[in-house]
Amino acid sequence: MYVAVKGGEKAIDNAHRLMGQTRRGDPAVAPLTLQQIEQQMPLAVARVMTEGSLYDPELAALAIKQAAGDLIEAIFLLRAYRTTLPRLAETQPLETTRMTVSRRISATFKDLPGGQVLGPTFDYSHRLLDFALAAEGPDTPPPAAPEGSPPEVADQPMPRVLSLLADEGLIQREPPGDPEARVGDITRQPVDYPAERDVRLQSLARADEGWLLGLAYSSQRGYGNSHPFAGEIRQGTVAVEIVPDELGFAIEIGDITLSECEMINQFNGSKTEPPQFTRGYGLAFGLAERKVMAMALVDRSLRAEELGEDIAAPAQDQEFVLAHADNVEASGFVQHLKLPHYVDFQGELATIRALRREQAEAAAGKDETP
Amino acid sequence: MTMPAPTRASTPTSEGYNFAYLDEQTKRMIRRAILKAVAIPGYQVPFAGREMPLPYGWGTGGIQVTAAVIGPKDVLKVIDQGADDTTNAVSIRRFFARTAGVATTEATREATLIQTRHRIPELPLNERQILVYQVPIPEPLRWMEPRETETRKMHALEEYGVMHVKLYEDIARFGRIATSYNYPVRVDGRYLMSPSPTPKFDNPKMDRMAALQLFGAGREKRIYAVPPYTEVKSLDFDDHPFEVQSWDQPCALCGATDSYLDEVITDDRGGRMFVCSDTDHCRRRRDAQEEAAQ
Amino acid sequence: MTAAAHLLPGFADPVTDSQAVFRATLEALSRPGTVLEVPAALAPPAPLSPAAGAVLLTLADLDTPLWLAPGSGSEAVIEWLAFHCGCPRVADPGHAALAVAARPGGTLALDIFTPGSPTRPEGSTTLLLEVDDLAGGPPLTLAGPGIDGTARLAPAGLPEGFAESWRANRALFPQGIDVILTAGRHLAGLPRTTTLKEG
Repeated sequence: MYVAVKGGEKAIDNAHRLMGQTRRGDPAVAPLTLQQIEQQMPLAVARVMTEGSLYDPELAALAIKQAAGDLIEAIFLLRAYRTTLPRLAETQPLETTRMTVSRRISATFKDLPGGQVLGPTFDYSHRLLDFALAAEGPDTPPPAAPEGSPPEVADQPMPRVLSLLADEGLIQREPPGDPEARVGDITRQPVDYPAERDVRLQSLARADEGWLLGLAYSSQRGYGNSHPFAGEIRQGTVAVEIVPDELGFAIEIGDITLSECEMINQFNGSKTEPPQFTRGYGLAFGLAERKVMAMALVDRSLRAEELGEDIAAPAQDQEFVLAHADNVEASGFVQHLKLPHYVDFQGELATIRALRREQAEAAAGKDETP
Repeated sequence: MTMPAPTRASTPTSEGYNFAYLDEQTKRMIRRAILKAVAIPGYQVPFAGREMPLPYGWGTGGIQVTAAVIGPKDVLKVIDQGADDTTNAVSIRRFFARTAGVATTEATREATLIQTRHRIPELPLNERQILVYQVPIPEPLRWMEPRETETRKMHALEEYGVMHVKLYEDIARFGRIATSYNYPVRVDGRYLMSPSPTPKFDNPKMDRMAALQLFGAGREKRIYAVPPYTEVKSLDFDDHPFEVQSWDQPCALCGATDSYLDEVITDDRGGRMFVCSDTDHCRRRRDAQEEAAQ
Repeated sequence: MTAAAHLLPGFADPVTDSQAVFRATLEALSRPGTVLEVPAALAPPAPLSPAAGAVLLTLADLDTPLWLAPGSGSEAVIEWLAFHCGCPRVADPGHAALAVAARPGGTLALDIFTPGSPTRPEGSTTLLLEVDDLAGGPPLTLAGPGIDGTARLAPAGLPEGFAESWRANRALFPQGIDVILTAGRHLAGLPRTTTLKEG
């Protein structure tokens, strides 16, 4: 006699226990500390903070540990925590022009005020596995700077490359914006298409890096008309300020590390605008250069309508780009297919069987084997 | 700039979270959306869906609706595929037992609030009950028109011809409408609505149901509703009237001939049996048969 | 004396009370014609009824611009709502998400409120209409979603010409305002889908 499968609660408890064991690995190996993750996997931490929309390296490290290194799962953990937090204040807009810069490069000018600062980057490393790292122990001395190296943070003012172009009137002026208007927030208001640029940029900042990378790449390969130049990429720390009601003036509450990219794109002009350059913008927490470059390219592609360009390529189509950019949503919906669908599948089975029966009956004289 | 301090539940719940997990501000936002949904039957009200501690696709919309509606006096039943013991139903029931401390049940008739994925219970629901559906894609026109900007206009203009064309193409190709679940309905003669991926077998139960029906789509951030006693009509044609699935055999466990059946494969030689998908319905019938036999 | 010292309290238990009041409101709008008692103890400042006060505490916050009809709000009501709900007040009823009109006497045009737009019909005002009583007035026959056949409601103290005004509101569907009738500790719902017939 058939008995329906029971014991869901027990199965779930077992699944949690087994996943815990898988996450922990061999108990003879020392467990990872959050400090180790935070200090030695800063790029993973940066991605989880950016796409998790919460600047907290320690919690991001915890999420990475708990997710057994699955960064999308870690992003989800951080988001689900973030959504329960009360909002105590809104910060003043970040002033990245006043960033304490650790890296700043421009691909458009050989030299410029403030200079090119290569900073920490994989760009010119030869991708050869470093077996010395495999042998690293607690006593291995950290890499030290040789005598006469430049300071690790730049010590001179660094005007933005794009403002230098703007002084000459060569780049599109951003609309001034209404200081009274509230900035959109997709975590408090559902996205209403077509979305304004504030909402688009917030969506792109939270967007899956791989999704943005693929779309940005497509825009470079002819799916959209982008012609980009990396005007400026900078990384460093920026002060976060709030204006408490009781004080009425701004106070600093801390520093955060950011990556920022401003892309310059060719624009042939329109009926109302002379030929000029246009901008695309990318910003992310921590060291996240690939993300901000891809974001800047996609931001520019999504400005097609505003600039009177044809919307022909996927990267220019904001409903397509934004509605599918969130990896927590995408991961959930793709993976929900493993939940039971017995009932709808049974409906489909009944329909297919009926259609086949009817077809077989219609094709008189022919046998139809099931 | 300063926000009011978050209110905490008087009822003790787990891990310092608010009653039913959501903060009060979020509940208010969802409650307002639900009231508007009730006032515009079948229309999808956008709401600022929150990130829940369960993945999108696992019923985050239904969970948010339930969390905004549920109170300490409620008795909650959660089903997935008609069954109370499927893993996701177990997990959601546990979530509310933990965060809201409410009573739960597997008996349809005892529940005041039923959250469901893919089925409507076989037992007719009554006026004291609310049925909350988990919805993956709330937009019935989505497979014909992927753009929200377009479908929004189509609903405003009541332009539903494309759906009739799609169903008619089925008839032209197959001689019948091939949609077997998520079968589109018109609510109170106005909005075209997705019943969620319930089998079309369940569509007639939605029509003039005594219970309030609420629908939550978390990832898509939409809530919609069908008030009690409201007409819900499955789309059809004069020469091809709407019809539901039927089986050649009764439930192998309880002998029901009027319930939706799951097919169970019993061996690798083509052996199969059919059993009720609604586990409570099946158990109730078997209990009654046992009682009668004694 | 500070503002808070003379302020009347809100719900005794905000989480449980607002849930219970929401369920009553949901029931009222889901089943037009049903008169419900507000399931929470509350004594809002005059002239606000306990029912209207309870619904406002349940639904109003920073995101719901509120309009108070002349005569329906006192200084005390305004302070009480500012403290407990923090909802912004608007002078133009056409911008209100929530509105309160207390025993307006004379007429109250429903078309001063926003009915939402064809693509956003949910953007309409929800009006709390305070009447003298939810029984004992001229009988109305109700029909529409939420009602099994027809229902009866006899509110006393509706504004003059309300049935006429409601017909025009009903004709806007899917746009239109939704009304919650309140009197003392009782409330009843009139969603935009309900048709009214006098007698």
